[in-house]
Amino acid sequence: MNSNLITDIAKALLLARWKQTLIAAVGVTFSITMFITLLGFMNGLNDLLDGLVLNRTPHVRLFNEVKPNPIQPASYSKELGYTFIRSIKPSGNGQNIDNTAAIMQALKNDKRVFGVSPKVTAQVFYNIGNIDINGVINGIDVESEAKLFHFQDYVSQGNYMDLKNVPNSIILGKAAADKMQAVIGDVIQVTTPRGDRQSLKVVGYFQSGLADLDKVQSYASLGTTQKLLGKPVSYITDINVKLFDILAAPALALEYKKLFETDAEDIQTANSQFETGSSVRTIISYAVGITLLIVAGFGIYNILNMMIYEKMDSIAILKATGFSGNDVKRIFITIAISIGFFGGLFGLIFGFLLSNLIDQIPFNTAALPTIKTYPVNYNPKFYMIGIAFSLVTTYLAGLFPARKASKIDPVDIIRGK
Amino acid sequence: MSEIILQAKSVNKSFHDPITIPILKDISFSINKGDFVSVIGKSGCGKSTLLYILSTMDTDYEGELLIDQQLMTGLKEKELARVRNEKIGFVFQFHYLLNEFSVLKNVMLPGIKLGKYSLKEIEHRAMEKLRILDIHEQALKMPNQLSGGQKQRVAIARALINDPLIIMGDEPTGNLDKKNSEIVFEIFNQLTDEFNQTLLIVTHDNEFAARTHRIIEMEDGRIIR
Repeated sequence: MNSNLITDIAKALLLARWKQTLIAAVGVTFSITMFITLLGFMNGLNDLLDGLVLNRTPHVRLFNEVKPNPIQPASYSKELGYTFIRSIKPSGNGQNIDNTAAIMQALKNDKRVFGVSPKVTAQVFYNIGNIDINGVINGIDVESEAKLFHFQDYVSQGNYMDLKNVPNSIILGKAAADKMQAVIGDVIQVTTPRGDRQSLKVVGYFQSGLADLDKVQSYASLGTTQKLLGKPVSYITDINVKLFDILAAPALALEYKKLFETDAEDIQTANSQFETGSSVRTIISYAVGITLLIVAGFGIYNILNMMIYEKMDSIAILKATGFSGNDVKRIFITIAISIGFFGGLFGLIFGFLLSNLIDQIPFNTAALPTIKTYPVNYNPKFYMIGIAFSLVTTYLAGLFPARKASKIDPVDIIRGK
Repeated sequence: MSEIILQAKSVNKSFHDPITIPILKDISFSINKGDFVSVIGKSGCGKSTLLYILSTMDTDYEGELLIDQQLMTGLKEKELARVRNEKIGFVFQFHYLLNEFSVLKNVMLPGIKLGKYSLKEIEHRAMEKLRILDIHEQALKMPNQLSGGQKQRVAIARALINDPLIIMGDEPTGNLDKKNSEIVFEIFNQLTDEFNQTLLIVTHDNEFAARTHRIIEMEDGRIIR
């Protein structure tokens, strides 16, 4: 009964000054709209930029660093005592990871692992007439690479599955292909480090968005690359692991390093700078959004203050006829919160519409083949934060005027007449 | 001996700003049920100040105040608000109607606040009070569509809605012309005669006071009659 009455009175006061109310609400709407749009756009951009690197980066990469064995035969000798050996050269089977089949099986059985993708890296020269340019061919397992690292998103022309289905095929980096003037269907020549020449058929272009990378990187199937190198099927240089929980990567990298006796690198170590960039952008968008809201809050504060001066008489009579200070406070808080709620609600709607509009704006850049429009993130979290912020800000903005109203002494007002 | 509704026991009040000036000095009196009391005195004699202390709105005083045999002194703001809502009806010089609400709703507000009856009953009772004051035809109008005299009658209806023990008036006819003052007086008279309503009216209109049952005259913060 009582809260109904208070809402009733709040509503009447609100509607009595509907123009002011509208202006206050529009202030909130505007700031929430901008807040949502800004966060959506910034995060869309963040996701895009992060994706450029993070999507393509394994959470844990197992590989063999080419380095000399730390334990040399001389160390086993007790007669020699301390030994100092200089200029040791690495030996063994180079970058190859030993016992890959068993490692892969073990990783696949690990419950923390989302997927595993083996890789062979081969240094080659692309032959353009009589000029050779540097290149790297990544031999990949096409299906797992597509599943784990969105390989298909970066194949700008051609079908990525041809890599698996067409023997001796290659997907060239776009920049490298431009240099070689190679179109899909052409056959290009590459020279392996051992001096062999191989013909490979171009079945697509690869565009990572990082031009330098596209100048050298190309993709072929595992088998093609192994053949190129003259290595057996067991020859694998990298095992890329994607985890369910990216945050577990550093710990798991250490664990695998010990378990499989290989080197292991986690994504956080490999790409720490991207995390920093994203968080700074997020902080900036939050700061701008909150600033807008605080400004809107001051607007509400002013309007409520004015309303209280105008409604001094009404407050006095309400108090005289039995409304307590607390009731009066609740009336004005209700006014403030409803401005915040409705302003915020419309802000969410307009924010969504504006984000949608931005989402439609064409955004074509050679560096990002799969992106056609500006990226926007529609994470519901931003909408929750938006409405929560608008309620909190308007509550705080209403609190001080409401307290002032609750302390009005009816005697002062009534006797002053 | 009829029932005592309101009792003041040696009430003192001073203003302290900038220097201490005593306003009320040792005020003691009581009002019985059905009394129609007027308080008169010159400007500044403290009659309004006394009324606001008796109304529980002013709590800055010394001494004791009892309403309906209950001690008001020292009660919390919220409890006093409840007492005002339930037991006291107010009529001021100015009507203080809320322009945002219809006449009927204005009368109903204190009733809804009390929450003793259902909304429908309160509406019915409000209509009845308006009928007593012969203003029921204006019930659905907004206050700013009424004349000054009509507004004051609505204010009286609002004071009556919770069947208060006592109605307090601070110059209720002060803003009205002769004719409307007469109407308001008749209403007060009718209320005491027909409904045994207790009334405490502060006025400077001696003619008005002369026709009440009992006159309290004040001078320099003391009751002299």
